[in-house]
Amino acid sequence: MEYSYYPGCSAHSTGLEFGLSTEATFRHLGLELKEIPDWNCCGASSAHSLNHQLALTLPARNLALAQQAERDLVIPCAACFSRVKGADHALRTDARKRAEIEAAVGFTYTGKLAIRPLLSVLYEDVGLGRIHDEIRRPLTGLKVVPYYGCLLVRPPQVTEFDDPNDPHVMPDLLRAAGAEVRPWSHATDCCGAGLSLSRSDVVFNLVGRLAERAREAGADALVSACPLCQMNLEMRQSGKEKLPAFYFTELLALAFGLPEAEKWWPKHLIDPRPLLRSLGLIGAVAPVRAAA
Amino acid sequence: MEANLTSIVSAVSGESLELCYHCHKCTAGCPVVGAMEYGPDSILRMVALDQRDQVLRSRDIWLCAGCYTCATRCPNDIDIAAVMDALRQEAVAAGIPAGERDALLFHRLFLGVVKRLGRSHEAVMLGLFKVLSHVPIYRDMGAGLGLFLRGKVPILPERTRAAAEVRQLFERSH
Repeated sequence: MEYSYYPGCSAHSTGLEFGLSTEATFRHLGLELKEIPDWNCCGASSAHSLNHQLALTLPARNLALAQQAERDLVIPCAACFSRVKGADHALRTDARKRAEIEAAVGFTYTGKLAIRPLLSVLYEDVGLGRIHDEIRRPLTGLKVVPYYGCLLVRPPQVTEFDDPNDPHVMPDLLRAAGAEVRPWSHATDCCGAGLSLSRSDVVFNLVGRLAERAREAGADALVSACPLCQMNLEMRQSGKEKLPAFYFTELLALAFGLPEAEKWWPKHLIDPRPLLRSLGLIGAVAPVRAAA
Repeated sequence: MEANLTSIVSAVSGESLELCYHCHKCTAGCPVVGAMEYGPDSILRMVALDQRDQVLRSRDIWLCAGCYTCATRCPNDIDIAAVMDALRQEAVAAGIPAGERDALLFHRLFLGVVKRLGRSHEAVMLGLFKVLSHVPIYRDMGAGLGLFLRGKVPILPERTRAAAEVRQLFERSH
């Protein structure tokens, strides 16, 4: 199976391990990701805050490039997914906007391109059965809560994916990988997103609440599907005891037994290795030599 | 005569604000309402009453995180996050100082980088933000250094042929 691939800017920077684990997981499953040549930034929250036209034309350029390939377009980053899918929605439903976008970008919209988050491909194209069959190192004992954040599921008429209030796709995949998914009501709460720099107090508050609720639910870690959420979860938890956060792709790769996984753990700001070691999911550190 | 705020916002966002019957679901679900002055429901009412100055000067329009909780829950399908976007743009167009100065600075720097490079580039953006914002310069230094040491803030931007075309999009998008 081949897919067009829009990694987004963060896959090469702050969300490095999301990009790497996405590519490793897909490679392992025999799914080929063909990167769109010369893709550009989707504009993220800054474009739609300051220029509604640019918020459509920036992602539409990527859509125009992907449209040529006639393969489904896969987007790991939730924010990029939301912007590209949002532009697609505008092109599909609003004739006036469509004419403006087509003129600015210089293309003709076919409406045939399917824009999909990773979770959708893994759940619908690969399937839980196959995922389950691939598990070499079940995540036994790992208690987690799934954290989608906002933009994979809201607004639902744009994202057309999973349930905005009680999503099930990520928890199902994590269960198939052997993890214990704890029930909680905050899977699609907001982390504060782009306010992280200008109003870190607001984001500390929101992330603090998420971590607290995750603990109350009995989880030892949060599992995210968005590089911006992941950054906030790792950077904006206060206190000494911090809950580790994983990308779901990292946990799938670990459960598949992929050796690359060990390179990603040191990239986290909250080191997840003590937790993984305590559960025997990764090897112990070299034993400290006993004093002579 | 100056157009009223409702018609300006409707033209930009495509949303019908008059459908709001003030059930307060948006405000009840808003994750950042605690930091706001009025809250999304009151902002909609103030727009309807054309309280232009108060709305456009408020910090609320800059605090909206764009999470779409309000848009998802609104019984009248008003995309309130899109309304907030339209209000921000009107405030900037009218030259009104942003109620959250650093939020506007962040967006401007982000788009400035994208306009030049075609893609985002954290090192440049974060550096400029540190220097130009009111946020104390020492804050986040530890986290920033941590990201850098983990190879997550590349110094050199990616070279892409997208840059020239993206610049054109900036020129054509108003």
